[in-house]
Amino acid sequence: MFKKDLGASPKQKLKSSIQRSLRNSLLSTYPLLTPHIDEVLPKKSSLEQVKLPDRVSLYVIEGQPLFYQQDNAGFLVPHLRLVHRFPQAFPTIRIDRGAIRFVLSGATLMAPGLTSKGGRLPEPKEREGEPVAEGVPNEGPDEEGRWSRELEKGEPVVVMAEGKEEACAIGLLVMGTKDVKEKGKGPVIEEAHFLGDGLWRLNVE
Amino acid sequence: MAEPVSVARNVIYCGVCTLPPEYCEYGGTVKKCQEWLEKKHPNMYERIWSPEVLEAATASLSLEAQERAAKDAKKKAAKAEAAEQKHAQQLANSVITIKRIERNKRKYVTSVSGLEAFGLELKKVAKDFGKKFATGASVTKTPSGGEEIVVQGDVSGEIEEFLLEKYKDIPEDNIELVEDKKKKASAG
Repeated sequence: MFKKDLGASPKQKLKSSIQRSLRNSLLSTYPLLTPHIDEVLPKKSSLEQVKLPDRVSLYVIEGQPLFYQQDNAGFLVPHLRLVHRFPQAFPTIRIDRGAIRFVLSGATLMAPGLTSKGGRLPEPKEREGEPVAEGVPNEGPDEEGRWSRELEKGEPVVVMAEGKEEACAIGLLVMGTKDVKEKGKGPVIEEAHFLGDGLWRLNVE
Repeated sequence: MAEPVSVARNVIYCGVCTLPPEYCEYGGTVKKCQEWLEKKHPNMYERIWSPEVLEAATASLSLEAQERAAKDAKKKAAKAEAAEQKHAQQLANSVITIKRIERNKRKYVTSVSGLEAFGLELKKVAKDFGKKFATGASVTKTPSGGEEIVVQGDVSGEIEEFLLEKYKDIPEDNIELVEDKKKKASAG
């Protein structure tokens, strides 16, 4: 989606009411972010919006890109810099080593990169321990990096990579993770935001 | 409920390709990235680029995949190098033209074009010109489609000096001074 360099329009300050609604929709999409929300969106500082081509808007706070949104209605998808700061707050899948270079050049993520030995798909299981806070679902990755809940089609998901610590891409699933396991082929994430793409390189200072 | 502790991680990003250093190998400027990392974060360099780690990483791939990856990496590096060379060539070829235009008898404006080839932001440079010479300086579109900076007054000589002093990577030979006499306006 952001393969090319982007031309950005000037920043616009957002009304506080819009900020509030964004905050709410962010929390409902990523309940795991609840304990950190004050760090992500400090109450004092004001959120700014940068409009990008193709009706995508990027939200920026104090020169830090936070998340972007398609058509003002779609899911809020976090910018990878935000993911790097709060990796535990977003559901993840993992691709094998061989797939990294394709993903980083903007290819559609295909199922074999996930089903192979180096890939990690979610595995539903009961997690021990109490939820971190009220209203926060008890889910997370196990030691191997398998998320504890099957992810549905259309959900935003962070793509980790085998042998790497940081996330390398983020996008919306076009196939539920259960289907990925059953079919084992076909596209899984299209039009992702990946490391080194136009959005990553965009200067928001 | 315990007070949630600050958990935001501070990720180091490569100063050359802006990716997290572990992904530098996919950036195409691997060599430069390595040098940068070695200088700035030696611990991290050790963790990512030490021979043992590299070996362990490639051992898990099949032979065929290894070959393919190596070939791909080579191709990418070659491409990056070619791009760099091209860029350098372009730099060497691009000329900054400083033009003195007669606006009225004994009144001049100075137009500077070709600065964008050196990666300068015209708007900022125009501001600097204005400050330096205490005159108006603006970015204007030329009929041929490009953009140039127009400074009021005859400051062609000073601009050359100023450019050479402020932006060291502009070679002196690439600056050209031109005088543009206004054609005799047929006074109606």
